[in-house]
Parts: sequence; C-alpha cells; structure tokens
Amino acid sequence: MNLKRRIVLKGTAAASAIGVAGLLAPRAVLAAWPEAAFTAKTVPEALEALTGNSAASESGDIKIKAPDIAENGAVVPVTVTTSIEGIQSISVIAANNPVPLVASYNMGEGALGFVSTRIKMGKSGDVVAVVKAGDKLYSASKGVKVTIGGCGG
Amino acid sequence: MAKKSIKIRAKVKEDIVTVKALMTHPMETGARKDKSGELIPAHFIQEVVCESGGKTILTADWSGGVSKNPYLSFKFKGASKGDMVKLSWADNKGKSDSVEAKIG
Repeated sequence: MNLKRRIVLKGTAAASAIGVAGLLAPRAVLAAWPEAAFTAKTVPEALEALTGNSAASESGDIKIKAPDIAENGAVVPVTVTTSIEGIQSISVIAANNPVPLVASYNMGEGALGFVSTRIKMGKSGDVVAVVKAGDKLYSASKGVKVTIGGCGG
Repeated sequence: MAKKSIKIRAKVKEDIVTVKALMTHPMETGARKDKSGELIPAHFIQEVVCESGGKTILTADWSGGVSKNPYLSFKFKGASKGDMVKLSWADNKGKSDSVEAKIG
C-alpha cells in the first residue's frame, strides 16, 4: 500500500469530519447525541468527551466477540457481553479509525450487558469496549486484522 | 421513507428478551468520495431508541462507523410474551422511522 496516499486520505477524512459537524443544522433535533465524542480523534479524547473520564481500568468481565481476521473492514461483527452489575453504558471503539468512537449504548431499565452490531474498520487495530458502571469505566480490547479497509477512500 | 426501513424480531426465553433488528440505511461517513472525486455527504443514523412497556430499554448513539444497513441486537429483562417492543431511529438529516413488534 502506498503510505503517502494513506496519509493524505487520513487527512481529508479528518478535515471532512470537522466540516460536516459544523455544517449540519438538524443536529439540534438530537440534542442528546454526543457530538464532541463522535468528532474526537483519539480514544482518550472520545472517552473524556463521552463520559467525562478517560481512565478506564481493564476488566476481565467484558467479553468482545469479533473475528481475528476481518476480510471486509466495512462489515465487522462485534458483540460485547459483560457480567458487570449496574451498567450504564457500553461503548464500542475502533482504535485506529479516523473517528474512533463507533457506537455508544445507554442502557435503560432491564437492559442486560449484551450488544451486538456490525462496524466499519479502516485498518487493523484494536476493538475496544468500554463499559460504564457505577460511574467507573471498565474496558477490554481485542485485536482485529483487516485485509480490506472499510472507511472509504 | 415510504417502505418500512426496519426489520425486527423479539423473542423471550426464560425471562430474557432478545431483540434483533436490521435497518436499511446507507450509513455514509462523509469521508468517502464518489467517482468524480466529490465527497459524499455524511448520512448516517445517529440515534436508535428502543422502548417496551413505556420504558426506554436502550438508546444507541451511532457514528458513521457503523456498517451500512446496520444490525443491532440486545437483550433485556422485564417483558413477557405478547408485550410490544418499539424501535425507532433518527439520522443526521432529520429523517426517522419506527416500528413496533410483538414479543414472541
């Protein structure tokens, strides 16, 4: 892969993310959507914006089910299960994506520690699951190798 | 959207309801380019809300990093067979859709 081309692409992706965030008006309809967290470029920044805390402790009680090798980065099935009590939210992060925070699930009454989605991954990297419970953050990660990137370009 | 954009199935087993949903949506990140090199504007689902029995079970905040035609599955307690579960989404262009299904 041509490295220079990659860098250029990454740059445009980042710039456009900012442009889009500034330009779109209907954002107001969804006041709850954590825009800052979804425009953050690094994992700690995203966590900070999302939960006000960037220190997550590793936990063995979170299981991530994702393929070791994803043939198509556009569709990577990720399932997060956790046995932690009193969970408030589960966030799914693809560490090497231009916008690392992929999804954040706020758990309401009765919801169990299980979410499953298909995500895009630009390149190989860790999939990180961050679980918020009792105002503390717990995390787990799993490496996924991507053979074809799924973030466009 | 004229046609229903959500397919949903909810099943209860030993007190735990498993909901599986498939939505039809392009999920553009805003970083891709079309053939002429123009950026395709971002168009993705931002929020998915699931309710049952008047309570909000789960709210999902999504970015464009979720795959096209997103799939979502989750589990919850506190509903029984025959109850309704409602799922709705809203995207960054202000469109939305919702569907109700019976738990079987």
